[in-house]
Amino acid sequence: MSEHIAHHDEHRDDAGSKLGMWLFIFTELLLFGGLFLVYSVYRLQYHQNFHEGSLELSVTIGAINTIALLFSSMTIAMALTAVQRQNKKLALIMIGLTLLMAAVFLFNKYIEWGAKFHHGLYPGSELMDGLDRGHLLFFSLYFFMTGLHAFHIIVGMILLTVCFVKVKSNKINNDRFVLLENGALYWHLVDLIWIFLFPLLYLIS
Amino acid sequence: MSNKNAHAVEHSGTDYMLLGKILVLLMFFTFATITITELDFGTLTLTVALLIAGVKSYFVIAYFMHLKHEGLLLKILVISVFILYILIVLITLIDYYYR
Repeated sequence: MSEHIAHHDEHRDDAGSKLGMWLFIFTELLLFGGLFLVYSVYRLQYHQNFHEGSLELSVTIGAINTIALLFSSMTIAMALTAVQRQNKKLALIMIGLTLLMAAVFLFNKYIEWGAKFHHGLYPGSELMDGLDRGHLLFFSLYFFMTGLHAFHIIVGMILLTVCFVKVKSNKINNDRFVLLENGALYWHLVDLIWIFLFPLLYLIS
Repeated sequence: MSNKNAHAVEHSGTDYMLLGKILVLLMFFTFATITITELDFGTLTLTVALLIAGVKSYFVIAYFMHLKHEGLLLKILVISVFILYILIVLITLIDYYYR
């Protein structure tokens, strides 16, 4: 009985948590927005160098990663629907698929960065220090922006793994799912940023 | 009526089919961006690529992030953030061009 009362007294504000998550997403958008702006101004200044720099990046890997993130964005949205419709099994499959796509993304990033490192192209390397200013700016921004984005992927994976465990143990259910909702919002943010990063970095004509 | 709809969405979530259709649309826009860059329309290319990215984000925000079914407060906040960002970009570019 006392447990029952405690349950009713528990503070719970789902709308508030979701609003908080959105406010956090706004700060993230402005963080990456600032970087996009720095990128744009230098691209105007060193257009030729940025074009040459982008030719070093693989459009195929970039496109595969775009597809992986778009697909994972859909699966995590489906996971939320599944939880709301009390389909636990489907929800777990969908969160699992999202995590798999995240791993695919990171693996591709590893291949991509690995090849650059292999050629001696990484921040602080002799090759990079010897580049002229335009190329140096392009590759510095490339490593910083994709690195920060990959860091967000890792954080998102941790968050979604927590959601996976909680769906499994019924702590996330069709009555309380705000954690999964917020985790999904974060994951969509990661997707949103990539939607702009891909054409800006990989597709420069 | 709209209240009733919002209630129904809250309980049954966004339909799987709708989410699937949005994904197909997003994939289409992705390939469109790549094709446009390969065709190369000069300075227009970047503008078109960014416009398509804008359309893609609209679909992600409206459907995947369920903003379409959120309250007015959240909608106003999201639109304000985008207006704020566009202003920051415009002011910076004006400064860059007319310095």
